[in-house]
Amino acid sequence: MRTAFINQLVEEARKDEKVFLIVGDLGFSVVEPFANAFPERFLNAGVAEQNMTGIAAGLAMEGYTVFTYSIANFPTLRCIEQIRYDICYHNLNVKIVSVGGGYAYASLGASHHATEEIGMLRTIPNLIVSAPGDPIEAKAITRLLVKDKRPSYIRLGKAGEPIVHSGINNFTIGDGLCLHKGDQTAILTTGAMLKYASDFIQNNKLNFGLYSFPFIKPMDAIMLKQISQSYQKIITLEEHQRSAGFGSAVLECLHDLIEQKKINSIPYVKRIAIPDKFISVAGSQDHLRNLSGLILNTHN
Amino acid sequence: MSISSIAFSNEIRKAVLKMVFEANASHIGGALSMTDLLAVLYSEILNINPKNPLDESRDRFLLSKGHACTGLYAALALKGFFDLKELDSYSKNGSMLLSHTNHKAPGVELSTGSLGHALPVACGIALAAKRKNKAFKTYCLLSDGELDEGSNWEAILFAPQHRLNNLIAIVDYNKIQSFGLVKEVLDLDPLNRKFESFNWNVIEIDGHNHDQIFEAFGKAKANLIKPSVIIAHTVKGKGVDFMENKLLWHYKSPSLEQYRQALEQLNSQ
Repeated sequence: MRTAFINQLVEEARKDEKVFLIVGDLGFSVVEPFANAFPERFLNAGVAEQNMTGIAAGLAMEGYTVFTYSIANFPTLRCIEQIRYDICYHNLNVKIVSVGGGYAYASLGASHHATEEIGMLRTIPNLIVSAPGDPIEAKAITRLLVKDKRPSYIRLGKAGEPIVHSGINNFTIGDGLCLHKGDQTAILTTGAMLKYASDFIQNNKLNFGLYSFPFIKPMDAIMLKQISQSYQKIITLEEHQRSAGFGSAVLECLHDLIEQKKINSIPYVKRIAIPDKFISVAGSQDHLRNLSGLILNTHN
Repeated sequence: MSISSIAFSNEIRKAVLKMVFEANASHIGGALSMTDLLAVLYSEILNINPKNPLDESRDRFLLSKGHACTGLYAALALKGFFDLKELDSYSKNGSMLLSHTNHKAPGVELSTGSLGHALPVACGIALAAKRKNKAFKTYCLLSDGELDEGSNWEAILFAPQHRLNNLIAIVDYNKIQSFGLVKEVLDLDPLNRKFESFNWNVIEIDGHNHDQIFEAFGKAKANLIKPSVIIAHTVKGKGVDFMENKLLWHYKSPSLEQYRQALEQLNSQ
């Protein structure tokens, strides 16, 4: 996913001389194509994320479209106040990019598990919050956000995530994506859980609907309305704490739809997310997902 | 040169006093300590145009100690960025003049209030100017207490690395922070040597002497290699004798009698 992102960013930077990339001393063997092609629009701010984010705000005030890039919680939680106050209160054109969403850096430990940031970021006014599900989504979102002037966040996986989509058409900010429709149950995912959900449905030959929500904010309320009217059961799946994450956002949106009298009832919703805990043992990403119960089974 | 800025500083002080009194607000001590710095900046130094506050070629001034916003609002209103009558709305319902610096007010570059935010942003602006070959300067005025914030030291480390000679920081070193004397909370001394060791051009002055302030900005602008910091030794509450060097005036709003007394002192200066 990170490769899809950087390749797309290089492509966009060729067309748009305002695109600027700042890294927090990370991105070795990833960001060099950008740094080499556009040295005047590249900056390594050092291991100093608060300053990096403030610098991004200053560069955006002067007209740049600024991407900050680091891993896990460093470009988000470490500098959340700079994001809230410097970037979002001033509604500046800064895109925060985090590589290694969820348990992508599994064995590196809890410091590197990005499992709370969606909840923290989606409460901040003006901020778009996205978590692409595969490299195709990552590429499309990068392209969209370069053209959009609002502050935004992109949660990427790391390298080597498989492609799930065959292609995406007429995609715009806030859109959910239907991979295929189903009968009674729909699985809704955000971020890199998409591939797992897709494989689960295919391997078990289930007639489930599958939807990817690369935008947690704004949430695609029109698609959720259609889903709520078409299925008896919704399963949300995310690599994030259960509180305040994607599943919570889905529930909030469904409730708002009821309140606005746009739907009459809400289907049964099962949320699969991290049950309010840290993982303190080593293991692969899949192992940690299992430890946190991020598992689909035919009894869900 | 200095005569006009001294008169300007007195007008700022009176406006600050009135705003704080009428709104029953806090932070007058820190507003009065930086008033002479603002007066020289806004009367002699900054290249700004009140009729076109967003002129691309303007100098950028960022007030990092946002709690002292009354001083900035007064300077901007007196310069004509917005109507002086707006100052009467300070901190009242619906006013753009929040009691921490708000960028919704014309002439304010950056909202501040949480400390340690403006210097990193100023670094970003100064870096943008260098990358785009723009001639404007970026000024950032900080309190001494906020130098406790690690984010400032990240920026202090960054600016010389990128030769931000177009960045001028000013420290309003009044020696009193929220809950005590700076030297008793987290001592900054030797502040000049700290900045020097971080490779800044350091200029140390009496922050109430307008000639020294003016000369300091000249020296800062003349340095073509390093970012500059003007360490301005100041007195919290400067200009009103019963407020000077008193921690209490970080919080307290003057009573009617104190207001009249303070105004009388300022009118006689």
